[in-house]
Amino acid sequence: MHSFGYRANALFTFAVTILAFMCAIASFSDTLNSPTPTAHVQVLSINRFQKRPDGDDEVSMTFNISANLRSLFTWNTKQVFVFLAAEYETSKNSLNQVSLWDYIILEKEDAYFRIRSTNKYRFIDQGSNLRGKDFNLTLHWHVMPKTGKMFADKIVMTGYRLPEVYR
Amino acid sequence: MGWIGEQVDSIKSIQFRQLLTQAITLGMIVTSALIIWKGLMCVTGSESPVVVVLSGSMEPGFKRGDILFLHMSKDPIRTGEIVVFNIDGREIPIVHRVIKVHERPDTGEVDILTKGDNNPGDDRLLYARGQQWLQRQHIMGRAVGFLPYVGWVTIIMTEKPIVKYILIGALGLLVITSKE
Repeated sequence: MHSFGYRANALFTFAVTILAFMCAIASFSDTLNSPTPTAHVQVLSINRFQKRPDGDDEVSMTFNISANLRSLFTWNTKQVFVFLAAEYETSKNSLNQVSLWDYIILEKEDAYFRIRSTNKYRFIDQGSNLRGKDFNLTLHWHVMPKTGKMFADKIVMTGYRLPEVYR
Repeated sequence: MGWIGEQVDSIKSIQFRQLLTQAITLGMIVTSALIIWKGLMCVTGSESPVVVVLSGSMEPGFKRGDILFLHMSKDPIRTGEIVVFNIDGREIPIVHRVIKVHERPDTGEVDILTKGDNNPGDDRLLYARGQQWLQRQHIMGRAVGFLPYVGWVTIIMTEKPIVKYILIGALGLLVITSKE
């Protein structure tokens, strides 16, 4: 009844239960945080706009991103993955989402930033539909906790219209 | 003589009952584990509700040995989500982030491109030969929850099977020798 094995087992079970409970509490505490992030994106220039040999349109552009995502951070936040996506509709696809740029924020201090960048991933359409096309720029973020549930949200920003001719 | 016979019978019956109780206890442990697993499968809709991260391709978010809880719903897949997918001809599923989505209007068919946060390029090199996009049927689920370190138990057990046998043996011995 009171052997070493039983005591070790009871202690282990108790420790694991407490740990699981604390993880659940930590994850729940995230839901009490109501973040108020702000972001602004401005397309500065279209560097290249061409039809590739396989017939798909490709765009290269430069943009400014300024964002304040500090309020996303809680004590249970390991990192915030933030990315900029272009979203548009074509005759072939009801939704196209193309990730253009992303960034991993590890510290709360780094969550207030202003960056000028060209698109990190290639902006290629499925087909040749990009001339004169309107698209939305959306800043998404994905919060990874130290433990528990992950969160994601986005800010849809003003759109941009691509030029009518290749350049 | 009758008295001794009675005693022997009673001892035999005690041992038999004890053995039976132990067998039932063992059975209960195994079946309850199975019930929890299958229950999770029903709730999450994913054929493997929990996966262990095996590579560092999603660092610093997910490290080797972390556990992910998956959920498979009818909701459309969007960029930024972390999905678990199977490639034809590859045994081990991969956990990576979606960076591109192209969705057809009527059928809802979808082309998906993924990338590991810690990898320099996208996953086209990991896909099957000539495969450019993932489709819906490749996706096993999306990651919704996260628990650090717990997966090391399974990693150690698969990489050092001896540990597994020792553990199972010790547990079995404990169950058999224990009395109430």
